[in-house]
Amino acid sequence: MSGDRPVLFVTRRLPAAVEARAARDYAARLNPADRKLAAAEILAGAEGAAAILCCPADRLDAALIAALPASLRVIATFSVGTDHIDLAAAAARGLAVCNTPDVLSVATAEIAMLLLLAAARRAGEGERLVRAGRWSGWAPTQLVGRGVSGRRLGILGMGRIGRELAAMARGFGMEIHYRNRSRLPAALAAGAIFHEDEDTFLAASEFLSLNAPGGAGTRQWLNAARIARLPRGAVVVNTGRGTSVEDAALAAALASGHLAAAGLDVYDGEPVVFPGYLGLENVVLLPHLGSATAETRDAMGFRALDGIDAVLAGRPPEFAVA
Amino acid sequence: MKPRLVVAQRVTEAVAARARAGFEAVLSEGEGMDAAALLGVVTTHRADALLFGSSTPLARETVARLPAHLRIAASIGVGFDHIDVAAARTHRLAVSNTPDVLDECVADFTLLLILAACRRAHEYEAIMRAGWRQKFLLDDLLGLRVSGRTLGILGMGRIGRAVAARARGFGMPILYHNRNRLPPEREQGAGWCASLGELAERCDILAVHAPGGPGTEKIVDRAVLARMKPGSVLVNVARGSLVDEQALLEALGSGHLFAAGLDVFQGEPAFDLRFAALPNVFLAPHMGSATRETRDAMGMRALDNIDAVLAGREAPDALWRP
Repeated sequence: MSGDRPVLFVTRRLPAAVEARAARDYAARLNPADRKLAAAEILAGAEGAAAILCCPADRLDAALIAALPASLRVIATFSVGTDHIDLAAAAARGLAVCNTPDVLSVATAEIAMLLLLAAARRAGEGERLVRAGRWSGWAPTQLVGRGVSGRRLGILGMGRIGRELAAMARGFGMEIHYRNRSRLPAALAAGAIFHEDEDTFLAASEFLSLNAPGGAGTRQWLNAARIARLPRGAVVVNTGRGTSVEDAALAAALASGHLAAAGLDVYDGEPVVFPGYLGLENVVLLPHLGSATAETRDAMGFRALDGIDAVLAGRPPEFAVA
Repeated sequence: MKPRLVVAQRVTEAVAARARAGFEAVLSEGEGMDAAALLGVVTTHRADALLFGSSTPLARETVARLPAHLRIAASIGVGFDHIDVAAARTHRLAVSNTPDVLDECVADFTLLLILAACRRAHEYEAIMRAGWRQKFLLDDLLGLRVSGRTLGILGMGRIGRAVAARARGFGMPILYHNRNRLPPEREQGAGWCASLGELAERCDILAVHAPGGPGTEKIVDRAVLARMKPGSVLVNVARGSLVDEQALLEALGSGHLFAAGLDVFQGEPAFDLRFAALPNVFLAPHMGSATRETRDAMGMRALDNIDAVLAGREAPDALWRP
């Protein structure tokens, strides 16, 4: 039966909808127990396969790639990152490698908007107060936060996630300012105000969202000097990279009141968190689950399968890294 | 001679300052007054006007016993289920609320609760406050993506429409139920459902924005919750009285509902502590309008109503008119 269909080896358990599509279109070898496979097991599973769908926990180094069967034509990874795959070794063998960019943008922008609202409106404090059974009554002065509607939002890094966030924030009547390597064409900027100058950008940012990629250029970008140039009472949100923030400086500004609040989903050294944050009431902390929705995880799997479909049909894949 | 004012609860500094400047004012620092305390201070102070809130109920018998020198009772807040308006009319006591000024702020908070409930913000925050230090697999702790889900709005007044405007930034299709269908320029593409049951069946997230009072007591009852789709989400920033809390607890416990976001409860602040034991709720202590700007604006608007009546004009936000 499966003789007509190419063999697809899926190294880990994937969302049900993704596995269903894999089984529909391929002679799929699945890993329902979701056991982490050793190199020898990956090689055994790949025997006779035309495609592998792997995950970041699998290590596809040069030795393993060299030992993969001659039948193999494409490796797709269920991730944006490809650090776990030796791309040069794959290229040397003529193997295509596909990843799953972009589909995380909306889910991550939602987490940025959630953090922005929760930090400004003191939702973490309110939640803890109610859940501890310490709610004593209503007063006009209780847990008074910062208004969001109509405020200025500065976005550092106006890529896909930054632009999704801008679209959401416009629904709240926020005025969008941004800094980026280059000015966006008008259709993508959609009215957002570009700042060539870092000082004017920081001064405009009543709310600041970090959506920049990692790397040397943004290492500890948000330091004490830049925080000091934000308006007093500003709110900072980071869903980009933990390394973009100098933690001690941010915690100090939250404690002093120069910043009203912060919301963080990413951390330098995660899953260990700078201890200075944990005692603060005016910081909302999430455990780097920006893309953790069923829809997003499904979409990542479908995008990986799209890449496999394309390569096996002789078409160039839309999202290839090798 | 300045008119005489009783302020029955603590108000923001700016509102207190205007009360002191414009009136011979007695200002309470408490959260509200019971009937005996209220009647006592209004009578001994020979008050012309009363500034109060939902923690100071004006029941029929209280209204009947208020002295004739009291000309207006101005409530801070948009809801007025703590005021017997018919009794006020009978006794020719002007009563007013503060509509409009809190719409944006409450709509912001509604989106916060939608995002927090769908994206499991309580569970995520609790993990962080406990120190995190664990890795998550690809299908651990998945939330619901908000973008693209259908939002059902019960009560398409000003706040409901402000919520719809924000939800459109997330690409959410909007459905609503209202006694009357809105004209197209107010619908902005939102679809009308003739009944609450139909709305419950067709939406993924139900946001409640109806007024309180006997006419809407438990309108979101067991039958409505049962008609909601499996895995859907309920958000309430309006009044705790609108929802059958026993049925809601069961629907959250069984998993029929994925999550809820609740800012209001029956019997606040002594809410049902069984909610605090549920992981899939995001709880807030009635802080939908809790921003400095809005709380100031609410108090100022209440004072505007008092100024108008004491100057011989009708209150702009009168709850009954001759």
